[in-house]
Amino acid sequence: MTLRDCTHELPDDQRIVMTSVGLTSPNGHNLEMYRESLVAGRSGVKDYNIRYVGDTHAGICEFEAVKYQSRRDMRRGTRAGTVGIWSAGEAIARSGLEWANVDKSRVGIYVGITEHGNVETENEIYSIKQYEYDTTYWSHHHNPRTVANNPAGEIALNLGITGPHYTIGAACAAGNAGIIQGVQMLRLHECDIAIAGGVSESVHTFGIFASFKSQGALASNADPTKASRPFDTDRNGIVVAEGGCLYILERLSDAKARGATVLAEIVSYAINTDATDFVLPNPERQAQCVRLALKRGKLNADQIQIVSTHATGTTSGDNQECEALRDVFAGCKGVRFNNTKSFIGHTMGAAGAIELAGNLPAFQDRVCHATINVDNLDPKCALDGLVINQPQELDRVDYILNNSFGMLGINSVLIVRRF
Amino acid sequence: MTSAEIRDEILDILSDIAPDEDLSGLEDSKSFREQLELDSMDFLDIVMELRKRHRVQIPEEDYGHLASMGSTVTYLEPKMRDIVAA
Repeated sequence: MTLRDCTHELPDDQRIVMTSVGLTSPNGHNLEMYRESLVAGRSGVKDYNIRYVGDTHAGICEFEAVKYQSRRDMRRGTRAGTVGIWSAGEAIARSGLEWANVDKSRVGIYVGITEHGNVETENEIYSIKQYEYDTTYWSHHHNPRTVANNPAGEIALNLGITGPHYTIGAACAAGNAGIIQGVQMLRLHECDIAIAGGVSESVHTFGIFASFKSQGALASNADPTKASRPFDTDRNGIVVAEGGCLYILERLSDAKARGATVLAEIVSYAINTDATDFVLPNPERQAQCVRLALKRGKLNADQIQIVSTHATGTTSGDNQECEALRDVFAGCKGVRFNNTKSFIGHTMGAAGAIELAGNLPAFQDRVCHATINVDNLDPKCALDGLVINQPQELDRVDYILNNSFGMLGINSVLIVRRF
Repeated sequence: MTSAEIRDEILDILSDIAPDEDLSGLEDSKSFREQLELDSMDFLDIVMELRKRHRVQIPEEDYGHLASMGSTVTYLEPKMRDIVAA
């Protein structure tokens, strides 16, 4: 069956494909490990202790950072930079690109971040407290570590990339936003290769945990692997996680010319804004964002097989997203909904990119991984097609729709297709 | 601190700043930059670490004394003479 969407109207140099992905997640430091954990129902959330807040839970990434970065540069830079360098290094290594022969001035780096600089600022204040807040003890590394382009800039330094690099600050919609930026820059021919996605180092800042706790939105459970439980009646908040996920994006014409393996084609995207609240989501705007992405892709809702939900494990957030999805996908018998945060927690700036990545192998194996930790489904989250606790094998997977939303009312949707 | 203890302290600081470098053959009479990959930010790290560890203040006009291990130890000896090694 031929897939019909907007790509049929575009020349190959306007069609954007994903030709590789590098990632680190709390339950796997490459796509295969990560996917295997998702299908097996394996959580990556652990007990965690952070200063001032104390015992909590978090998703921590374990990867061999020295594979791509010197210990000297690791010390000088930030954790977000290291996560980004690992993800970019893995993406390139798996891309089939002859990196030595790539024109580095034609490579762009677009990294989504939820926040950046909190870790270093907290560390410096903690440090100078020992010196009675004498600012002569404040590190000269603080500014290069905390400038907002830091994670993207560290990747550029590491790889000798001289094309554009910057971060995209888009709260927890940033992973999708980074990919979307890469798509746009490729279509504008601002670069020939885009390294795009998102990263997060947020588990190293106590302020993120403390703020969620003050908001009544920090997850807690006797078993850390059960702490992240979107859609379950006993959910009590977010598990903060670190993570990184960067894709190699190329124009289809270039990918074809070098015989690249294509993981997926990016068919459509949308970003919009609630403009209603600092924190609380707006299901009407979320539904509008999903519909806008479908419309731009010339797709009907019933053409989507998997929707990767954003749900974080907060009562209002989960309910509102389900309300939006119920509205858009009413009557769509073939669509399945899952949630990755139930396995790894909320990887913040990386979330959009990393949650999509875990679903991409479904184009080949037709398996929709589950949402775990749903012991008692909240009736308000009882979407028809919600895949709970056990993965489901589907007849076919042609399109995946990826939701990623963030504070200040930013909504993002990405649609990719089997290639 | 004796000169030897100051030298050990500088080596310890360098091992933090440049963890990938082999410091075992460092020659005291040659400049650090001839032997190690150090830039201006690294030298500021040496200054900062001495300040944090021992409250030794090094004015900017004296940074040139930190060119080699030999000149660094000579410069620091009077400043660190009364500090008891840990």
